[in-house]
Amino acid sequence: MPQIIKDGAIVEDRWQWLDAEALAAQQALPEGAVIVPLAYWQAHRDSLKARGDVAVCLEPGEEPVALADDLADLPMVAIHFPAFKDGRGYSYARELRTRYGFKGEIRALGDVLRDQLFYLQRVGFNAFVIRADRDIHDALNGLKDFSVTYQGDVHDPRPIYRRH
Amino acid sequence: MYVYRPHDKQLLNERVAQFRDQTRRFLDGQLSNDEFLPLRLQNGLYIQRYAPMLRVSVPYGMLSSTQLRMLGRIAREWDKGYAHVSTRQNIQYNWPDLEDVPDILAALAEVEMHAIQTSGNCIRNVTTDEFAGINAAEIEDPRPWCEIIRQWATFNPEFAYLPRKFKIAVNAVPDADPALIGVHDIGVQIVHRGGETGFQVLAGGGLGRTPMVGEVIGDFVPWPHLLSYLEAILRVYNKYGNRDNKYKARIKILVKALGAEKFRALTEAEFAELKDGPMTLTAEEVDVMRGHFSEPAYDPSLTNRPAALEQALASNKAFNRWFHTNVTAHRQPGYAAVTLTLKKTGRAPGDLTDEEFDAVADLADQFSFAEARTTHQQNIVLGDVRQDQLFPLWEKLDALGFATPNLKLLTDMIACPGGDFCSLANAKSIPIAEAIQRHFDDMDYLHDLGPIDVNISGCMNACGHHHIGHIGILGVDKKGREYYQITLGGRGDKVSKIGEKLGPSFDADQVVPVIARLVDLYVEQRKPGELFIDTYERLGIEPFKERAYATDH
Repeated sequence: MPQIIKDGAIVEDRWQWLDAEALAAQQALPEGAVIVPLAYWQAHRDSLKARGDVAVCLEPGEEPVALADDLADLPMVAIHFPAFKDGRGYSYARELRTRYGFKGEIRALGDVLRDQLFYLQRVGFNAFVIRADRDIHDALNGLKDFSVTYQGDVHDPRPIYRRH
Repeated sequence: MYVYRPHDKQLLNERVAQFRDQTRRFLDGQLSNDEFLPLRLQNGLYIQRYAPMLRVSVPYGMLSSTQLRMLGRIAREWDKGYAHVSTRQNIQYNWPDLEDVPDILAALAEVEMHAIQTSGNCIRNVTTDEFAGINAAEIEDPRPWCEIIRQWATFNPEFAYLPRKFKIAVNAVPDADPALIGVHDIGVQIVHRGGETGFQVLAGGGLGRTPMVGEVIGDFVPWPHLLSYLEAILRVYNKYGNRDNKYKARIKILVKALGAEKFRALTEAEFAELKDGPMTLTAEEVDVMRGHFSEPAYDPSLTNRPAALEQALASNKAFNRWFHTNVTAHRQPGYAAVTLTLKKTGRAPGDLTDEEFDAVADLADQFSFAEARTTHQQNIVLGDVRQDQLFPLWEKLDALGFATPNLKLLTDMIACPGGDFCSLANAKSIPIAEAIQRHFDDMDYLHDLGPIDVNISGCMNACGHHHIGHIGILGVDKKGREYYQITLGGRGDKVSKIGEKLGPSFDADQVVPVIARLVDLYVEQRKPGELFIDTYERLGIEPFKERAYATDH
């Protein structure tokens, strides 16, 4: 089973991610935990909700507001980074946690690398599928780059001058 | 200046360790060029024409003498013996080796300095009036607000991968724009209205390829909500800024495309959610931040224009001239701010050698409470000099070659490093600056001309702020040859205003004769008391255009 980083540790992972292209090649949605595109979710919302093991992946440009009414039924929202330099997903994760109070898993998919993990976890991601050609054990170190932070984040909204 | 606390220092040390490891992984081949790029940029490191360029952050332009000496030491040990003051008041080294940069950052951290977010698509160093805290015209010291913003912006996890770079400036002077807030991505004007402190927030200003002055987005943001409001703007930009075309990625393009109304509506919607949340500032917190700024131990018994100063002014003509150009009034009676112009003929504007760093540090120790400031006009200021010490200071500056009485005059030019150093440049800027300095070397004539801002950029990125020069010079490339386009009427003094193109560009050897013709026209046409920019605004561009392209001159 593939490994991911989740809640600060390396764990085995059962989720299968199908993007629009992969999904089009399938006859039907496979059994087991599966991550689907937003458009597919919106088209089959009711049947997918009933399954309970379906998550949605947001692409850049697809904002969390599209899932506002569905979050209670979603175990996970994944956010895809086609390129790590596209920072829109950071705001999406932050909104999911602080605006919508989403408590489920937020998973980073795609171009996910060690040197972005510290920021990603601070805006609300708790699961990371590290790019396949990189060492996941090395990437784990990226969560611990800093012990000091100035501004608040989703874990502790207080800025440093309010944390006594 | 801002006094570091243990956690500030620890953060820097952790940053150095992080970048040391990133550099090691890059050199080992574990990080690709593309992956390393934003990491090094957010540590101030560009790969330039001949070598990397390292940009060191100087918050609010404030430097202690200890820091000045370290900057000199770095120039000596890791560079070619000099460094460059940039138009955003930072310090740039043009010749470090990539392998040495972690050691340079560690040396900087020893003196509470860094290169954090001095480049890359993130929130850059926050800037303000170079005379902040000593300017009699400011309604309050803007630096504690700047520091509140800086700490919010430093390693802000949500805004490290923005569509493009992002610059914030703060101004506390009414009716003037010494911080150039009009041409920043966000400009913050501190205002007092009905006994309450608040901020007029502009967004979408900027120079570069598409110069524009920012739009007022928040007319009066009460002070507790400063960070919530900025965060709202940044979130709108992070979500909707253009990411497909880097030339259309600055916030100014988004504001223009949406229109100020729509941009404001989006900002207000985000702000409505953030307002009164955990980012809301309290009076106590702002006071604590004010307390982190040290105040020089001024002597309260001093008064303005002491006898020693009057005597020197009456007896020494050169000192008198320098006093009237390079000395600025101070809010504290008996003190003055002194500008050392770093515009020696034949040197890149804003360059300082390692020995000069040491010399300025010694002068700061002796005359200015061990502090100095960098300015966006690429000069150095000793901000807190006793007026009765101005003459002895001037004598020392004169010996060092820093007493050229040309502050704000035509030869006190702003110029980027240009094609001699920068890989982005289309044309050289330093030789143009030098040619202008050589031509206009008569100090009496320069003083007669009065203040004229000349700004030179080697390319559209406009690091030399050519759009806001009274005379702007832009290097352009046409089929492999360097030409120079001239703009007139830009302003970065009382207001921010984008200059107008004069017409077709000129050969390098035409730049000086053209400027001489423009200046001649001003001398012929000026009314008593009119500055170059006033005459230009009265006459409009046409007569200048006619004169510039006239062949019979």
